[in-house]
Amino acid sequence: MPKPEEVKYTKTHEWIHPGAEAQVGISGHAQHEMGDVVFVELPKVGQKLEKEKPCAVVESVKSAFDIYAPVSGEVTAVNDAVTGEPALLNQAPLEGGWMFKMKPSNPAEAETLMNWTAYQEFIKQAAH
Amino acid sequence: MSTATTIQRTALNQTMRKYGGKMVDFHGWEMPIQFAGIIKEHEAVRKAAGLFDVSHMGQVFVTGADAFKLLQKINTNDLRKATPGKGVYSHVTNENAGLVDDIIAFCLAADRYLVIVNATTSTKDFEWFKSQATRMHVKVENKSSAYSMIAVQGPSVPGMFETFAPEALKLPRFGIVEKDIMGEHCYVSRTGYTGEDGFEVTAPHSIIDKLWEYFMELGKPCGILPCGLGARDTLRLESGYLLYGQDVDDFHTTYESGYGWVVALDKGEFNGRKILADQKANGIKRRLTGLTLTGGVPRSGCKIFLEGKQAGELASATYSPTLKKGIGVGYMVPPDLKPGTPLEVEIHGRRVKAEAAKVPFHKGTAFNKGIGA
Repeated sequence: MPKPEEVKYTKTHEWIHPGAEAQVGISGHAQHEMGDVVFVELPKVGQKLEKEKPCAVVESVKSAFDIYAPVSGEVTAVNDAVTGEPALLNQAPLEGGWMFKMKPSNPAEAETLMNWTAYQEFIKQAAH
Repeated sequence: MSTATTIQRTALNQTMRKYGGKMVDFHGWEMPIQFAGIIKEHEAVRKAAGLFDVSHMGQVFVTGADAFKLLQKINTNDLRKATPGKGVYSHVTNENAGLVDDIIAFCLAADRYLVIVNATTSTKDFEWFKSQATRMHVKVENKSSAYSMIAVQGPSVPGMFETFAPEALKLPRFGIVEKDIMGEHCYVSRTGYTGEDGFEVTAPHSIIDKLWEYFMELGKPCGILPCGLGARDTLRLESGYLLYGQDVDDFHTTYESGYGWVVALDKGEFNGRKILADQKANGIKRRLTGLTLTGGVPRSGCKIFLEGKQAGELASATYSPTLKKGIGVGYMVPPDLKPGTPLEVEIHGRRVKAEAAKVPFHKGTAFNKGIGA
């Protein structure tokens, strides 16, 4: 399980744990803003994702949120546990609440994303 | 041309922030959407108790010799049911039988009524009431800005009220009692918008913070939670209660909304009666119909399909924390779909299987017979 410091963050509040099989989910900040998550629609294994394009949907009681691919690549696994128990995204967004794994087509893409410190600063700025 | 709109705040605004309320703009009112979370708050109300700031709601007082006559003219329901100390839920109709608002009219005395109106419509209602009162001996006063309102809702609430207001415990559903609280003249009614037993307290701003804290303290042993508009919406939709502006408006009638029980055709003349009598005799073309679904969360505006053809769209829809699935209501054609009829709802461009369902989706303690007996 990745620590918040080990993952990279997008401006749309996804996280990615870089690697040959990179793990993807939503940030703790994102789940807090969404409120109670009650439905998750995941991409399909084998699906080709394009960086910054919608690839999944998270529904809270309040509203629906598009999830954007943090990098381009192919989906290699999905976390079926979150479709059965969507609240995992609230309870453990970086652990049991991960959404899918993917094989990045260009590993360098993840390097351009924010690290933990930059992301914290980004959230702070956005709040103003 | 730009119009400057000032956001309105209730007298409880600072208290809502103190309790961690996430504030949002609700039709020009800054209100808490949630505190601990919609599902937690929803469950607190269904199982124990929840506290709501509903001060955005309006209070219109109708007094004088013709108070009854005016209310009888502008309402679909029969005000004779509202004897002193009782209220009726009713629809205020225009000449086309569309809804000006849905309200509760409480009879305080034979010539004195308190009408609780919606926040978004309070000015419109006030003007409408006055316009309908020509040549009547009646005074119509909009006192919405003078009063705050707290709703205390949930099965544990009667227990909480044993020491606070034993006289209120004898109230039937929609009963009301005038009571001095903390030295101020207040109104306590056995009403609410959650489907659970409970009370709504209308009080002047000066004591409202103290009253909120008092209820929080009183409800501590049963786990009372401050609740926001998010839980208010999931609770009311499960209970099949209408939201004015979303489920009903100036262009939909009471029969179409499925609330035929608030139309008293036999009471004599009232605004829109002719059209309602015609709809009663000849039927309606569309009707607010419930549906449930799994495999997504339906939202207001989603299209509804019957046998592949569009049959309507959702007026209100959400995730039901009690049923643990999507619920919604929408005006559908035909108007007589049987519960269980297979439907589809378009969510994010995808057709999701749904089925017509009975409304209310869930009956809480407010639906129990013999409340206050």
